[in-house]
Amino acid sequence: MLQDKDRIFTNLYGIQDPFLKGAQARGDWDNTKAILDKGPEWIIDQMKASGLRGRGGAGFSTGMKWSFMPKEVGERPHYLVVNADEGEPGTCKDRDIMRHDPHKLVEGCLIASYAIRAHTCYIYIRGEFYREAEALQRAIDEAYAAGLIGKNASGSGWDFDLFIHRGMGAYVCGEETALINSIEGKKGQPRLKPPFPAGVGVFGCPTTVNNVESIAVAPTILRRGADWFAGLGRPNNTGTKLFCISGHVNKPCNVEEEMGIPLKELIEKHCGGVRGGWDNLLAIIPGGSSVPMLPKNICDDVLMDFDSLRAVQSGLGTAAVIVMDKSTDLVRAITRLAKFYMHESCGQCTPCREGSGWMWRVMERMSQGRASVEEIDMLFDVSKQIEGHTICALGDAAAWPIQGLIRHFRPQIEERLGRRAQAAE
Amino acid sequence: MSSHYPDPNVPQPETFAFTPEVMEQAKVFIAKYPAGRQRSAVMPLLDLAQRQVGWLSRAAMDYIADLLGMPPIKVYEVATFYTMYRLRPVGKHHVQLCTNISCWLRGSDDVKRAAEEVFGIGFGQSNDEATLEEVECAGACVNAPVAQIGDDYYEDLTYDNAKALFQALKDGKPVTVGSQIGRQTSCPEGGPTTLKGDA
Repeated sequence: MLQDKDRIFTNLYGIQDPFLKGAQARGDWDNTKAILDKGPEWIIDQMKASGLRGRGGAGFSTGMKWSFMPKEVGERPHYLVVNADEGEPGTCKDRDIMRHDPHKLVEGCLIASYAIRAHTCYIYIRGEFYREAEALQRAIDEAYAAGLIGKNASGSGWDFDLFIHRGMGAYVCGEETALINSIEGKKGQPRLKPPFPAGVGVFGCPTTVNNVESIAVAPTILRRGADWFAGLGRPNNTGTKLFCISGHVNKPCNVEEEMGIPLKELIEKHCGGVRGGWDNLLAIIPGGSSVPMLPKNICDDVLMDFDSLRAVQSGLGTAAVIVMDKSTDLVRAITRLAKFYMHESCGQCTPCREGSGWMWRVMERMSQGRASVEEIDMLFDVSKQIEGHTICALGDAAAWPIQGLIRHFRPQIEERLGRRAQAAE
Repeated sequence: MSSHYPDPNVPQPETFAFTPEVMEQAKVFIAKYPAGRQRSAVMPLLDLAQRQVGWLSRAAMDYIADLLGMPPIKVYEVATFYTMYRLRPVGKHHVQLCTNISCWLRGSDDVKRAAEEVFGIGFGQSNDEATLEEVECAGACVNAPVAQIGDDYYEDLTYDNAKALFQALKDGKPVTVGSQIGRQTSCPEGGPTTLKGDA
């Protein structure tokens, strides 16, 4: 188990003072200038060497992403945008960072902006997180007042401005190009890529978009060394990670653990186990609602990291573990998710706009037993027609939970439909 | 898709204007964006207008379009796309209950029933006293079920404590924000398994 000395978010639960004094006591803002003085290349190399993979779900190397920005600033200024539009069902980790450890994020914004040669950063925070935005704004105001950000930030000679932009309730704005459109005052509809944001992002300028957690861990990685972070977890899946465990466990919670921790250990150690014991487990969605669910036999020994979960046709996603015990009506659960994706489709691409609603309607009938067994294959087939055929990944995200259900629990669906058919005879 | 529209039965006010205090706040938002990009402030300004009078009328949208030099249709697009903009008045207590998977698994159906019993209306309905609305994931899943009322989250709800909470709101009595079972935010109930200070 990860030791407390290797935990980054030492005020995860908000027991201590979240603001500047408390943050400095926890080691934040300790000679930030020394980090910046080593230069953008050094920072990017260290981030690459740490093996940090983006914590927003896709798991792309953070250092690599930063290196895609132009090396010289041309006529167009560079921007950093932080994605705090946390809305993936099951996920509530960035919320804790912003309300309990906001200075980790503010300092990370300065360092990351400097590394990609940006003088301005926007943090896009979901509108519902009003109190969290207040806490974050207070931390930003403190940092300005203390000279940590603003003109000659932390004495580095680098001018840096940091602003909050609040969303107003659209899950799709968690997609980076939709988020960029939203900052520009438009509907949050994703853009076709290419061009990628590193070339043409917010206001048509080179932009890097990172998740809150990816940015907030950067200062600690640079202070303690890439080797320290890379030494935790498993190869290609390094470091620590915030996990959110919800659903049918005795004690749902957020916790920072080492990447690659066995799923069972995570639940038994921190959540008081599955309600009714491990044998009462039915299925787990391991990485937020968009990744396919896993039946108990896989959960028994799967490790919680990007590659291990990919190997079992699921994903780490946001590391939001949704636990379902044997009392759960899985068809009903996935129907609820199908309704969510229908509601959140931005309407731009036909397969997603029409398909997400079509899938929900079929799921709704199936959950009531009002469908024929042949429709299971049709549903799977249609989900495959949506997957990969839309501008953004929301189409994929709508398809995968249903595919996961059919892949692992087809007999249960058939049984429900069959019972209904028998009753009708 | 979740586009929402004004209610044609709700009378629209003729005019709208920011109060001087709100106008000062609006200027702060506009200054956050580069010169010539003031359109970016449309979202915070719509929110300010909504906070000033409780909902967004056509007049308020037109006023903001004028203020930012935007075609009104572009403001309508934004106001109808984002679900937190309210295009019709809401009741005194706007109860937004998450019914997505993590909340549903832990009994949001019971909380729904509690709200309906206390306020005497169904979800999707509204009166002067309350507006009950099912919303998508609120992002507080380890404290499920969760309801957002105004700007605050009420967490770890059960049928009983939710009923007490709603009744207190209805009676104008003080309520506790956050966990309704006295939990320390997202920490495991009964105390942390990490960060116990013995590292």
